[in-house]
Amino acid sequence: MSKAANALFLERRSYRQRRLMDALRLLPLLGAVLWAVPLLWGQPDAASGAPEGAAVSGGVPTSRAMLYVFGVWSILAVLALFLSLRLDRSVDKTDAPGGN
Amino acid sequence: MASLNVLIVVCLLYVALLFAVAFIAERAALMGQGGWLRSPLVYTLSLSIYCTAWTFYGAVGYAARSGLEYLTIYLGPTLVMVGWWWGLRKLVRIGRTQRITSVADLISSRYGKSNTLAVFVTALAVIGTTPYIALQLQSVTLSFASFANADPSSSVPSDSRSTALWVAVGLALFTILFGTRNLDANERHHGVVMAIAVEAVVKLFALLAVGIFVVWGVGGGIGETLDRIDASEIGHWQMNGGRWAGLTMLSAAAFLTLPRMFQVLVVENEDEDHLRTASWAFPTYLMLMSLFVVPIAVVGLEVLPAGSNPDQFVLTVPLSQGQDKLAMLSFLGGFSSATSMVIVAAIALSTMVSNHVVMPIWLRLTGGGAAMAGDVRNVVLVARRVSIAVILVLGYLYYRVSGGGTALAAIGLISFAAVAQFLPALMGGIFWRGATRVGALMGLSAGFVIWCYSLLLPSFGEGILISEALMAQGPWGIAWLRPQALFGITGMDPLVHAVMWSLLLNSTAFILGSLSSFPHPLERLQGAQFVNVFEHSGNPQSWSGGVAQSEDLMIMAQRLMGPAQAQSLFQAEAARQGLGGYLPEPTPEFLQRLERELSGSVGAATAHAMVSQIMGAATVSVEDLLAVADETAQMMEYSSQLEAKSAELTRTAGQLREANEKLTQLSVQKDAFLSQISHELRTPMTSIRAFSEILRDARGLSAQELNKYASIIHDEALRLTRLLDDLLDLSVLESGQVSLNMRDGVLSGVIDHAVAAAGVEGSGLTIRRDRASEEIALHTDLDRLAQVFINLIANAQKYCDAPVPVLNIEVARRGNDLVVDFIDNGGGIPSQSQALVFEKFSRVSDGQVAGAGLGLAICREIMMRLGGTITYLPGQGGAAFRLSLSAREALVAQ
Repeated sequence: MSKAANALFLERRSYRQRRLMDALRLLPLLGAVLWAVPLLWGQPDAASGAPEGAAVSGGVPTSRAMLYVFGVWSILAVLALFLSLRLDRSVDKTDAPGGN
Repeated sequence: MASLNVLIVVCLLYVALLFAVAFIAERAALMGQGGWLRSPLVYTLSLSIYCTAWTFYGAVGYAARSGLEYLTIYLGPTLVMVGWWWGLRKLVRIGRTQRITSVADLISSRYGKSNTLAVFVTALAVIGTTPYIALQLQSVTLSFASFANADPSSSVPSDSRSTALWVAVGLALFTILFGTRNLDANERHHGVVMAIAVEAVVKLFALLAVGIFVVWGVGGGIGETLDRIDASEIGHWQMNGGRWAGLTMLSAAAFLTLPRMFQVLVVENEDEDHLRTASWAFPTYLMLMSLFVVPIAVVGLEVLPAGSNPDQFVLTVPLSQGQDKLAMLSFLGGFSSATSMVIVAAIALSTMVSNHVVMPIWLRLTGGGAAMAGDVRNVVLVARRVSIAVILVLGYLYYRVSGGGTALAAIGLISFAAVAQFLPALMGGIFWRGATRVGALMGLSAGFVIWCYSLLLPSFGEGILISEALMAQGPWGIAWLRPQALFGITGMDPLVHAVMWSLLLNSTAFILGSLSSFPHPLERLQGAQFVNVFEHSGNPQSWSGGVAQSEDLMIMAQRLMGPAQAQSLFQAEAARQGLGGYLPEPTPEFLQRLERELSGSVGAATAHAMVSQIMGAATVSVEDLLAVADETAQMMEYSSQLEAKSAELTRTAGQLREANEKLTQLSVQKDAFLSQISHELRTPMTSIRAFSEILRDARGLSAQELNKYASIIHDEALRLTRLLDDLLDLSVLESGQVSLNMRDGVLSGVIDHAVAAAGVEGSGLTIRRDRASEEIALHTDLDRLAQVFINLIANAQKYCDAPVPVLNIEVARRGNDLVVDFIDNGGGIPSQSQALVFEKFSRVSDGQVAGAGLGLAICREIMMRLGGTITYLPGQGGAAFRLSLSAREALVAQ
C-alpha cells in the first residue's frame, strides 16, 4: 500500500524527477501539436482535379514539408532519449510498490 | 539480369539463416545463457514488425500516389512510443502482473474473465488480420513477379499463385516450429523474437541501401534530389486534413491493438525498462524507414515507364539501373518484412484461438473431469498448430478471392480500422474503473458492424458483395444508411468516414453500456486491479473450498505446465506454508497464484474455468469487495494486520503448548527417577546396613561367613560409588568443566578396548564388525570415546531381547563426518520413547534390568564435548544408535 501520508513538498531530487515525468507525459502532446501544423499550410492553387503533371503553384513544396516533418521527428527522438536517460530507473519501482 | 533461380536460392539460404538464428537463440535461452536475448535493443528491433511488407513496398507506392500522406502511418506509433509513460507502461505492467497472453486475454480478463468477450475479440482479430496476411503474400508474390519480368529467361509465369501458396506453406512451417515448440509459462518465444530482430536489421539496411543508391547514385546528391522532388507530380503539399489527422490517430490506435504488436509490445516484453530504450530508438527506426520513401518514389516515377506499379519501385528502380545485387538485397528486405509480420501475427492469433475458442469448447465437451483427463498440453499445442495453419490458409484464400488487385496501402488500412475497434474497450478498461463487460461488448459490436458495412464490404468493389444500388441509394432506398455516407454526411473520404463513425459509435455504445449496466463482483475486482495496477499488484479475489483437493490441482497443473515445473511450484508453495512434501494447503493465495501461472499457458478465462472445475465456484467475499473501495483501504490494512498478528499468536501458542508438553513429560520422568534413584540408593544401603548389623551383632560367625558378608558389603558399596560416580560425571560434563585428554589412536583399537571392557565374552552377545573399515586414525579423547562405546555395548547386552542377540558395529565416512552405527537385533525402542532416551534418568524398560538411566545421557554429553553427536536411528530393525564425529576435529590428516 502507498505511504500513509504523502509529503506536501518534496526534496529537490524527487521534485526534479516529478517534473521529468511531467515532461515525459507532455512529449506526445508536443509531437501531436507540431505535426498538426501542416494542417494549417495553404493548399496549392490548382484544383485538386488538375491533370497529371500540371504545374501547380503556391503552397508548400514537398521538400520543405519533408524537412519539417523529419525535423520534428528527430527532435522528438532526441527529447525522448534525453528524458529516458535523465529519469531515474528507481522511479518506476517506488511508484509501484509490490510490483511482481 | 538476375536469374530467378539465383533469387530462389538466396531466398532459401536466407530462410535457413533465420532457422539457425531462431534455433541458436532458443538453445541459448534454454541453457539460461540468453542474456543478450533480453537486451532492450532486441526488444526495440522486435517492435519493427510494425513495418511489414506494406511499409517496405507499399509506402513508396503510397507516396507516389498521395505524396506525404504515407507518413501518417508512422507518426501515430511514434507518438504512442514517445508517450510510453501514459499508456504503454501501464499496459506492460498489467500484462506482466496478470500474465496476459494476448489482446483478447487482456480484454476478457479485465471484464471479469469473460469468455464471450474473448471469443468476440478473437473473431474480430482473425477477421481483421486475414487481409493483412493476404497483403504480405501478395507483396512477396508481386516481388517475385517483378524479378520474373526482368528476367527474360525465366520460365515461371509472372502471375504465380503457386508462389503465394509456397510462401504460405513455408511460413506456416516456420511458425509452427518455433512458435509452438513449447507451452511457455509466460508465452515468450526467444527464437522467434531473435529471428524477427535479425529481419528488422535486414529490412532497414535494405531500404537504406536502396535510398542511398537512389539519392546519390541516381538523384545526384541531396540538393538535386530535393529539387527533383519539388519538380515531380507530388512536389507540393497537398493534403486532405481529415486524412492526415485521422490516419495518424488510426495508426496510433492500431499500434496498440494489432494482435501482433500487442504480442511483441506486451507479451514478449522481458523488462519494463526496455520501454525506455524503445521510446526513442523505435521512433528513430521508423524515421529511418520512411526517410528515403519519397526520393525512391520520385525517382521511380521519373525513370520507369508510365504505368509501372509504384508498389514495386523499391525493386524495380535498382533493377532498371542494372543494380541486380541491390535489387536482391531489397527483395530480401521485403521478404523479411512479410515473413516476420506473418509469423508473429500467426502466433498471436493462434494463441488467442486456442485459449479462447478451442480450450473452452474442449473443456465443455470433456465435461466435469476435463482438467484431469487427457494431456491438456497436447491439446493446446495441437490447437495452436492447427490454428496457425488455418490462419495462413485464410490469408491465402483472401488473397485468391480479392485477386490481389487493390493497392497495398488500402488493404492495410482496412485491417487497421478493424483492430482499432478494440481501442475503446482496451483504453477504457485500463483507465476507467466504471467500464463494464456489457459496455465493452456493445461497443465492440457497434464498431464491428459499422466497419464491416462501410469499409470491408465496399472494399471488394462495387457490385461484388454490396450491390451498386445499395452503395448509391442505401438499403431499401434509405439514403442516410448509404455505406459511405452514413447519416447523410457525404463528401467524406470513405476511410476517414468509416473510421470516424465506427470509433465514434463504438465509444458511445461502450460508454452508454458501461454507464447503464452493473458489473459482476469479479469484474469490479479486475477493474480495480487493472486501473490501479501501480498501487497494488495483488489479486484480492479469493477461492473458497480447500478440502484436500491439492492432489487434483497438482494433476491438472502437471498436465498444463509439465511435471517438473508444476512439482517445483507446488513444492515451493508447500515449503512456504511450512509443510514438507509436494502438497500445499489449497489456500486462497495459492489458488490465485496457481491460476495466474496457468493463465500464462492457456489464458485467464480458461485457467479460471479449469480451477473452478476442481475447486467449485470462486467466491468474492465481502472483504474482497471492501478491498476494491479505496476509502476502506485503511480499514482493510488494519484488519489484515490484526489477522497477521492473530496468526502469529496462534503460532506462538502452538510453540508454548509443545514446550509445556515436554516439560510435563520431563517432570513425570524426574518423579519416576527420584523414586528409581531412591530405590537404587536404598537397595545397596539396606543390604549394607543389614549385613553390617549381622557382623556387629551375631556371634560365632565362621571365617567363611565373615568373608562372604564383608564381600557383599563391599560390592554394594562399589555399586553405590559407581552410581554416585555416574551422577558426578554427568554433572561435570554438563557444567562444561571437563578437561579432555586428546590423543592419537586408531578407531579399531578403541572398539577393541570397549568390547573387552564391556565384558562381552561369555555373555551371549555376538558382535559383528568389519575391521577393515575401522582402520581410521583419530585425534580425540580416546578414553571418553571408549566410554561411549562401552555404554552402547553394555546397553545392547542388557536390553537386547532377541534369542540370539547380535550387535552390528558399522563404520562409514559420510562427507566430512565419521559415522559409527551400533545396531542390535532386538525389539528396539518404541517411537514414543525415542525422543527421551537421551534425557537424564530416562529408562525405557520397566525396571527388570538394573540401571539408573544415566548412560545415554552421559554419552550424549561426551559426544557433544568431542564435537560430535549421538542420535537414535529409527527403522533399522532393532535399537540403533548413530555416533558421528566431525572429521576436522576427530580425524588425523591421512
